[in-house]
Amino acid sequence: MASLARLSTRLPRKLPLGARALQTSADSTTLTEDASHSKPFTVKLHEDSFQSHRTDTPSLEVEVSKDELLGMYKTMTTMRRMEMAADALYKQKLIRGFCHLAIGQEAVSVGLEAGITPDDRVITAYRCHPFAVLRGGTIKGVIGELLGRQCGMSHGKGGSMHIFTKSFFGGNGIVGAQVPVGAGIAFAQKYLERPVATYAMYGDGASNQGQVFEAFNMAKLWDLPCVFVCENNKYGMGTSAERSSSNTEYYTRGDKIPGIQANGMDIIAVKQAVKYTRDWVTSGKGPILLEFVTYRYGGHSMSDPGTTYRTREEIQRMRSTQDPIRGLQRYIEEWGLATEEDLKKFDKEAKAEVDHAVEEAKASPVPLEKDLWTDIYYKGTEPPYMRGREREEIHYY
Amino acid sequence: MSIALMKDDLAVVFGEDVAFGGVFRCTMGLAEEFGRERVFNTPLTEQGIAGFGIGLASMGHTAIAEIQFADYIFPAFDQIVNEAAKHRFRSGSQFDVGSLTIRCPTMSVGHGGLYHSQSPEGFFLGASGLKVVIPRSPIQAKGLLLGAIRDPNPVIFMEPKILYRSAVEQVPMDDYEIPLGKAETLTRGSDLTVLTWGTPVYHCETALHMLSSPPESLAKHIPASVRSAKVELIDLRTILPWDVETVTESVRRTGRLVIVHEASRTGGVGGEIAAEIQNRCFLKLNAPVKRVTGWDTPVPMQYEKFYIPDALRILDAMVETLNY
Repeated sequence: MASLARLSTRLPRKLPLGARALQTSADSTTLTEDASHSKPFTVKLHEDSFQSHRTDTPSLEVEVSKDELLGMYKTMTTMRRMEMAADALYKQKLIRGFCHLAIGQEAVSVGLEAGITPDDRVITAYRCHPFAVLRGGTIKGVIGELLGRQCGMSHGKGGSMHIFTKSFFGGNGIVGAQVPVGAGIAFAQKYLERPVATYAMYGDGASNQGQVFEAFNMAKLWDLPCVFVCENNKYGMGTSAERSSSNTEYYTRGDKIPGIQANGMDIIAVKQAVKYTRDWVTSGKGPILLEFVTYRYGGHSMSDPGTTYRTREEIQRMRSTQDPIRGLQRYIEEWGLATEEDLKKFDKEAKAEVDHAVEEAKASPVPLEKDLWTDIYYKGTEPPYMRGREREEIHYY
Repeated sequence: MSIALMKDDLAVVFGEDVAFGGVFRCTMGLAEEFGRERVFNTPLTEQGIAGFGIGLASMGHTAIAEIQFADYIFPAFDQIVNEAAKHRFRSGSQFDVGSLTIRCPTMSVGHGGLYHSQSPEGFFLGASGLKVVIPRSPIQAKGLLLGAIRDPNPVIFMEPKILYRSAVEQVPMDDYEIPLGKAETLTRGSDLTVLTWGTPVYHCETALHMLSSPPESLAKHIPASVRSAKVELIDLRTILPWDVETVTESVRRTGRLVIVHEASRTGGVGGEIAAEIQNRCFLKLNAPVKRVTGWDTPVPMQYEKFYIPDALRILDAMVETLNY
């Protein structure tokens, strides 16, 4: 599979002559010692797993363990199953409105979570479902929210993009709006002198929003412990990065803020880059940019078939040569950590877990009519009344 | 703000130039007293300031942001309307930015022109989840600002900029709050209600005085029959959500309403209030609800004094309404 990726004649991005391409295959990490079943062992990432700007690249030697890799495999598989379930529910017209899936980008969410602590903070944009689960939510809570049910993580009032946990400040429906909010969160952490990091995530599309640069400037000015993460899936809605951005090296766009570009398809590289950036911001060096080069298999949202601005062959090639889950599967099998049968068992368990959560979520009732009037103002400080959907419908507090 | 900073360790004040007092000297001495970690300048970044404040407030901090002029709030409009106002609802109350207060100088200054004399309060009317407050005097400003800072909802606090220089009052040193969402009746009356907020409160007071004892040059325009009219003057104070009960109760007694605001008429707050009042008081009204507002033009630099509703225009509207 990796060899297929290297045979590919099309470079993932336009490069000046002589520059080296970032390695974006999911399975180019190699063993440096025999894989152990009981204690951590060291592996070596592909030498082009990272590029850097105004800083060194993270070390290519990474310590991993069997349990960790199997855990990542299970979680990535479960997240993909959850997104597939959302896809099916949407097509059954049970989920309405907007829905953006992160299938293909699992290494970023699962790898990020593996590299941070529960006290760190994460805020992201549209593709937020996996983060919501990983940061303390549940699959039932996410699916329930998408279905608009009471069991949803925002009690069915937010829908996709508006799912929160104590350490996850949500998805966000306004392109780029979460980035300055992330800077504010990081400021609060610095003010409270907590040795933790904020990961403010956005896509290659949002990277051209003015307020993203406003946030960069404030973060650097005040040396905030903020990692600005650009999830570059190569298309901002239906426009390719090359057609939207004068500089597609997103990790270099922070001016004086250093940056790391990382292979977002190899979860071991993702985790390594996350750890590096976390160390950077928590040691008081100020903010850093982190670009993950990744790929989404589906369209931008459910209403986008995703094939009008790129070829089916391109998607198929990415799926077959750079899939993050298949890449990790290959490591696990080649390094003798588990057999194909073991992994198939995990797949079945993931499907069963998601199916169960979907059924539970479906059984949950929709929010009560009275819930329309709550959570607008703090309880007890509401205006005397609010108008409803019809002339006669007026709610008095 | 000094009280808020003193009593609340998590309170921070930030905005363009606030560390050395701000353009209107509102934050003078705060940076020296509380340190530059808590009172600091931001870049000229309105959208960023709003977003930053929202992030800070969602971590539980008391975020007191300043947008240097209400005219500059428009780059931050998205953050305020789409993020701050909806934060609580979209997270089912798990997160909120209730501890966010955005201060901004508003209304005309006499020579501000297009971008320093606007009154954008009406643009926020549709943003449920948000509160909008406009005080009329220093005592009111202190009490309402402390109320706004401590109110568990995000508040836009608009300070009429001409009053920074012209309004003088002995302000109590103590900590006190004036509740949000409550209008104040300044003079009681039975024949006409005049409703306003911010700077025009003073123009209304002048107009009331002119009505009862018109100067000689105006006397021929003021029929004797209206000079004894008892006019009720109400300062709305909180624009969103506005105090419907107080205004309704007043108009039910007086049967007449004149609304005065500086923002232009079309899409202004006056239209919303007029519609609601005629709905609730239709059979009690003796005259159509009258609006005295800025014109539907940008605020003109050279003709600003003709743009804003002055005492004469208010007087004219009162006479017309009383004689209807």
